[in-house]
Amino acid sequence: MTVTDTGASNLSAAVEGRPVPTGREEAWRFTPLPRLRGLHQSVEGAAQAEVVADLAPELRLELVDTASLPAASGPVETPAALALAATERSVVVTVPREAEASATSVLRITGTGTDRPAVSHIVVRAEAFSKAVVVLEHTGSATLSANVDVELGDGASLTLLSLQAWDDDAVHLGRQHAVVGRDASFRSFIASFGGDTVRLVPTVEYSAPGGSAELFGIYFADAGQHLEHRSLVDHAVPHCRSDVLFKGALRGDAEAGERGIARSVWVGDVIIRAAAVGTDTYELNRNLVLTDAARADSVPNLEIETGEIVGAGHASATGRFDDEQLFYLQARGIPADIATQLVVRGFFADVVARLGEPEWEQRLLDAIDGELGFAPEAADADQEDPQ
Amino acid sequence: MATLEIRDLHVSVETDAGDREILRGVDLTVRSGETHAIMGPNGSGKSTLAYSVAGHPKYKITGGTVTLDGEDVLAMSVDERARAGLFLAMQYPVEVPGVSVSNFLRTSVTAVRGEAPKLRTWVKEMRSSMDELSMDPAFAERSVNEGFSGGEKKRHEILQMQLLKPKIAILDETDSGLDVDALRIVSEGVNRVKESGEVGTLLITHYTRILRYIRPDFVHVFVDGRVVAEGGAELADQLESEGYDSYVKAAAAS
Ligand SMILES: Nc1ncnc2c1ncn2[C@@H]1O[C@H](COP(=O)(O)OP(=O)(O)OP(=O)(O)O)[C@@H](O)[C@H]1O
Ligand SMILES: [Mg+2]
Repeated sequence: MTVTDTGASNLSAAVEGRPVPTGREEAWRFTPLPRLRGLHQSVEGAAQAEVVADLAPELRLELVDTASLPAASGPVETPAALALAATERSVVVTVPREAEASATSVLRITGTGTDRPAVSHIVVRAEAFSKAVVVLEHTGSATLSANVDVELGDGASLTLLSLQAWDDDAVHLGRQHAVVGRDASFRSFIASFGGDTVRLVPTVEYSAPGGSAELFGIYFADAGQHLEHRSLVDHAVPHCRSDVLFKGALRGDAEAGERGIARSVWVGDVIIRAAAVGTDTYELNRNLVLTDAARADSVPNLEIETGEIVGAGHASATGRFDDEQLFYLQARGIPADIATQLVVRGFFADVVARLGEPEWEQRLLDAIDGELGFAPEAADADQEDPQ
Repeated sequence: MATLEIRDLHVSVETDAGDREILRGVDLTVRSGETHAIMGPNGSGKSTLAYSVAGHPKYKITGGTVTLDGEDVLAMSVDERARAGLFLAMQYPVEVPGVSVSNFLRTSVTAVRGEAPKLRTWVKEMRSSMDELSMDPAFAERSVNEGFSGGEKKRHEILQMQLLKPKIAILDETDSGLDVDALRIVSEGVNRVKESGEVGTLLITHYTRILRYIRPDFVHVFVDGRVVAEGGAELADQLESEGYDSYVKAAAAS
C-alpha cells in the first residue's frame, strides 16, 4: 500500500530533505499540483490562520507553542510537515475528563485571501470518559495548509465535523489524524462543498483495544472543483471497529471545457495488521454523477495481515443520476428541479443523519440545496401551519 | 367533465437496430366517469401507450395527437401532464432511496393542488388513506418503494391516486402480483376515487379478475400496437375463455 509517507519523529528534523510531491507518487497522482499555489512545496512566509473559538463552557482553550508539542503521530505527508514546522501556535481544545459538553463547540477558520499561504494547527483532546461535538467551520477564501490532531482518552466520545464551506477560489490541504483510546468512540464527519481544490487526509490509529472510529463524508463537486478525500484507518491493536462512509455528487458544466469538469477523488485505505485480531471494518463510497463533464475516482484498499477478524469489507459505486427516478417524481406533478433536489437529498440523507446534530444536519442539507441552486428552505417550512 | 382523446397515435422506441415502431395508430377516448379496460397479449404495446401519454422520454411520438379537454398533452412536460390531471399507476413503480413516502406525497400533492396542504389536515388525510388501503402507518417514513413487496408498491400507487384525485387515471397492470385480499383492497381504493370524483379510468390488464371489482364500461382489445376490437364488459369474459389467438391471427393477416 502506498498510502502516505510515514514517520516524522521530530518535526524540524523531519522537514529537512523531505521529498516534495511531483504528482508521480501514488498519493498525489490525482491531485492537480499546479492549482495548489505552491502549498505542496513551501509555506515560507505563511500567515498564521485565524481561528475563532466558540466553545461549550465545559471545554478549555489554550494557545500552545507548536514547537513544544510532541511530534505528530500517524502519517505526515511533506506538505503537512512543512505546515506544522511553519505553525507558531497551536489551538488546543480540551474536553476535560468525564465532562459532557452542554453545547456544540465551533472553531471558525475564516480565510482572508488567497495571495499568501496560511497554516494552522488545531488539537482536540477528549480526555477519558468525556463527550463532545466539535465543528471546524472553514469559510472565506484561503490558501490553507492545515493540521488537525485528535486524541481520545479511554471511553471518550467525540464527534468532529469539518465543514468546508469555502469560497470558490480556496485551496485547502488538510491532515486530520486521530488517536483513539481504549473503548473510545470517534466520529469524524467531513463535508466538502466549496473551494477550488480541497485535499483532506483523515487518518485514524488506535492506542488500545475496544476503540471505534466512524469516518463519514459528503462532498459536492461542481464545475472546476477538485475535491479529494483520502482516508486511512490503521488497525494495529485488537478488537477495534471502523466504518468509513463517503458519498459525493458531481455536477460539471459540459459547455465550459476543461474548466467545467467536476472532479472528486476518494481513496479509502484500511490496514489490518497481524496483531489486530477481532477487527471489524467496513468502507463504502458512492458517487452520484449528475451531468457529463464529471469524473469521480473511487479507490478502496483493504490490506489484511490476519485472518482472525470479525469482518472486513468494502464497496464502491459510481452511478449516473437515474432518469427513471426523475420521471417517476415528475409523473406525480413534481417539477424537474424539485425532483432533482429530492433525489440528491435522498442520496445524501443516510449519511447526513449519521451526524446526529439537527442544527448542523440542516446546515449540510442547505449546503446541498445551495449546490443545486436552491435558496435555503424557509425555516418554518416543516413546522405546523399557523391556523 | 374531462375528456382524454388519443388520435392515431404512433410511437417508436430507439433500439440498437434503429427505431422500432410500437404503437401503430391508436384511437381511444376516455371521459370522466367512464371505465375502460385495455386487454392484450404481452408485448402488444399497452405499457408503451401508458408511458407515452405520461410523457416518458424513452418513447418518441412520431404521429397523432393526445389532448386533455382540448389541450395538447404532447406539448406538456411530464410534470405539467400530472398537474393537468393525468395519472399513471405504473406497472413497475420506481424506488427512490432516501426520500420518505410522506415527504414524497406531500411534495406531490403540493405540486398538483397548487398549494401546500395544511399540515394538520394533511397528516390526517394521508393516514386515513393509508388506513383504507391497509397500509401500515410506518410506510410513511420508509423510502419511496424501496424494499416494498410487489403488492405494497401497487397499494402505494393507488394511495397516490386517492390523494391526487386525477381527472384521468391509467392503471398499468395494477392487479398483477396481487393476492385476492390485496386485489380487493386496491380495487376498493380505485372505486373510492371513482365515486368521490369524476375520474375517467383506463385499466390495463391481462385478467378479468380485477374487472369483477371494477366494472368496465368499455373493453378494448389491444394487439400489435393498436386497438383491434371493442365492446362492453362481456368482451372481457370472452377474452378470458378464448384468449387473444383469433385477434392475433387476424392482426397478422391484415
Ligand atoms: N426501450 C425499448 N427498447 C426496445 N424495445 C422496447 C422498448 N420498450 C418497449 N419495447 C418493446 O415494445 C413492445 C411493447 O412493449 P410494452 O411494454 O408496451 O408491452 P405490454 O403490452 O405492456 O406488455 P406486458 O403485457 O408484458 O406488460 C415490446 O416488444 C417491447 O419489447
Ligand atoms: Mg406492460
